[in-house]
Amino acid sequence: MGYVINRLLQGLMVIAVMAVLVFIGVYAIGNPVDMLISPEADQAEIQATIVRMGLDKPLWEQFLAFINGALHGDLGTSFLYNEPAVRLILERFPATLELALAAILMAILVGIPLGVIAGLKPNGIVGRAIMTISILGFSLPTFWVGMMLIMIFAVNIGWLPSTGRGETASLFGVQWSFLTGDGLAHLILPAINLALFKTSLVIRLARAGTREVISQDYIKFARAKGLSEPRVILVHMMKNMMIPVVTVLGLEFGSVVAFAVVTETVFSWPGIGKLLISSIVHLDRPVIVAYLMLTVMLFVTINFLVDLIYALLDPRVRRKESA
Amino acid sequence: MRNGLIGTTALMFGLLASVGAAAAADLKIGLSAEPSALDPHYHNLVPNNAMSKHPFNALVEQDENQRLEPGLATSWKALDDTTWEFKLREGVKFHDGTPFTAKDVVFSLCRVPKVPNSPSAFTIYMKSVESLETPDDHTIIFKTATPYPLLPTDLSTIAVISANTGKFSGPLVFKKSGCEGVESYPSTEDFNSGKAMNGTGPFKFKEFVKGDRIVMVKNPNYWGDKAPWDTVTFKPILSDGPRVAALLAGDVDFIENPPSQDLPRLRKDKSVRVVDGLSNRVIYVALDSGPAPSPGIKGTDKNPLADPKVRKALSLAIDRKAIDQRIMNTQAEPAAQLISPGLFGYNPDLKVDGFDAKKAKALLAEAGYPNGFEITIGSPNDRYMNDEKVTQAIAQYWTRIGVKTSVDATTASVFFSRRGKKEFSAYLAGWGAGTGEASSPLKSLVACRKPEKGYGTTNYANYCNEQMDATLTEALATIDDAKREKLLQKAMAEAMGDTGMIPVHFEKTPWAMKKSLTYTPRVDQQTMAQEVKPAK
Repeated sequence: MGYVINRLLQGLMVIAVMAVLVFIGVYAIGNPVDMLISPEADQAEIQATIVRMGLDKPLWEQFLAFINGALHGDLGTSFLYNEPAVRLILERFPATLELALAAILMAILVGIPLGVIAGLKPNGIVGRAIMTISILGFSLPTFWVGMMLIMIFAVNIGWLPSTGRGETASLFGVQWSFLTGDGLAHLILPAINLALFKTSLVIRLARAGTREVISQDYIKFARAKGLSEPRVILVHMMKNMMIPVVTVLGLEFGSVVAFAVVTETVFSWPGIGKLLISSIVHLDRPVIVAYLMLTVMLFVTINFLVDLIYALLDPRVRRKESA
Repeated sequence: MRNGLIGTTALMFGLLASVGAAAAADLKIGLSAEPSALDPHYHNLVPNNAMSKHPFNALVEQDENQRLEPGLATSWKALDDTTWEFKLREGVKFHDGTPFTAKDVVFSLCRVPKVPNSPSAFTIYMKSVESLETPDDHTIIFKTATPYPLLPTDLSTIAVISANTGKFSGPLVFKKSGCEGVESYPSTEDFNSGKAMNGTGPFKFKEFVKGDRIVMVKNPNYWGDKAPWDTVTFKPILSDGPRVAALLAGDVDFIENPPSQDLPRLRKDKSVRVVDGLSNRVIYVALDSGPAPSPGIKGTDKNPLADPKVRKALSLAIDRKAIDQRIMNTQAEPAAQLISPGLFGYNPDLKVDGFDAKKAKALLAEAGYPNGFEITIGSPNDRYMNDEKVTQAIAQYWTRIGVKTSVDATTASVFFSRRGKKEFSAYLAGWGAGTGEASSPLKSLVACRKPEKGYGTTNYANYCNEQMDATLTEALATIDDAKREKLLQKAMAEAMGDTGMIPVHFEKTPWAMKKSLTYTPRVDQQTMAQEVKPAK
């Protein structure tokens, strides 16, 4: 119990420190009124707008108002849209979630088989080719790959659309693209783009796991017992090889959701990443701050859960912390 | 036989109808900026204003050259210096079928100051209106406190919404301090959801999915020229490359602001049409002409820019034609003043400073700087077409005449804040004449900074020319159009006479579309679906 409280307090500390850093950082960029107001506005109108947005108050006062709101679940109102920042983000969250899930699914479906093949035949041509491709997946910039995908599949061949979410259908009161043919077509390219890096990661994890597990005694025993090779690999090896893959993917999921910014920008995918970019352009401070705070909370929560699970799995962690 | 004939006719009509449906004209437009709301009174900025002209009209409209033309008002005239009479168009209906009357105009004007949390309010266009009367349903008499010739121009920016969207507690009476008789106005949210989207414009609201699309359909009962499109979908695609790709891939039919580096390629493409036209935006270099010391100047303890000769030398040093050819891909027109040809108040006598490094050096020597000085020029790097590259070219031209220049280019949000703090001795920026006439840049950019008069709001260069101010003030109180244009031309000549700032060029705005479409370029850079036409 002491361990849980300890972790919880650490998490809250991180959130508090980030709140200060994020607020001051965003405050330092510039004056939002310069970006929002019409150039035709005169001095009196500019001043009135500054007062209306509460930007005339000193930094510490604005910060206290923000903290006060945040403690009551209100992260401020967008300067640009005049809507609660949290609502704006939550409105666009399903689009990003859908894209992230599609990308992770792709990474698993493509990455694990390729990784296992590369792990079983590390010195063969196929194994080497797979590893070379995964290096490309790591090192090519997402923006460039996105543009290339558009140029090839949308412009030159014309198979897939290049922009937006397409037709959506409602499920649980939320709009989803994957439920319609048109939406699914719109989803493919951005999902591939976002999945590329994660696929490479999964390939490497699966390959390392395979190589480690394959040489262990129980695999040799299974083979000696005369089990078929597919059964050895698909049942006995996969089970143990998957542990690190699942752990890392769980953690990576947060980063896919939070940092789909580049992919969303290239494909005009109306998710939270696109919202973040336009908020930065317009210096829509409340939305930037709310986005970063929600991201921090997402990561703190994931880490907290992981810590808890570790503690459950490994009694040594609990004892060490309480000692 | 008779029955058979009717049956055949019915069948034929049925076929015709189905052919008509199959050929429904749809238009998809890729926008370079997304409106922050559909509420036409919420945010006074180009993307919002352009969008609101689809479902709404104003009393006065601006044509593609920003000259005023009748909108919901068929005519207007000044009865005396402070009284204006507007005659309203009869027989106009809102999208819900209710007739348009003077009450809707009054209601719209009443709502403008009442929009909560507007990031850029439209109240600046109503400052002059002291009171108004509606003698009948189709006449409005405006009273202004002082002679104010720009009233029709100002009213062209205010969209007319339906009075049916409000709730009333009594008869509607316009008061400058706040109207009487209104219980509640529609909220910005009501417009975004479509509830209050009841206008008189050529398109009706259908759908708004934030960040993804805005869909409108044709208003079959529109009072003006009906648009050739049944459905128009606006898709905000903010990044340049993906927007061009979306056009090439056929995901959209029409895009605004294709990046200038892609234009040569697009022009060669047989399936694409590119049109461009001069905009009302001038790109200029402002020079700190205040007293020393100026923050970005080294090598002298005086402020050399305070001397008009130095300013003229810096203007002569720039090769505007080369900038247009090499950097702008011919998307610019060299400028000698602050508004582009064709706009009200353009002075045809002002000639572009030709590139003359020799004369520039001589002027510098004459001013007492034979060895030049050092200066830093500020610039945004993501606001205007090729802004940073243009600034770098200017820096090199200045360095060539002995004024050692370094460039300090940052993202727009940082640049504008620093400019506001007067951190630059020289900076490159742009100005679009929102009113479409010369008083707009003169009043904001070069007039002496007098906040109480609304003068010099964007004059961060300490320039002050009392003579020009006096001419401008006179112009702004002259109702007679011909006389006012002469005065504005004179004021422009005065501001340019001592090089109050250096006009560099006017931007040309490009649009790209499928070969089967055409578009008449607009000076105000706005994209309007009703002006997109099938090519003949």
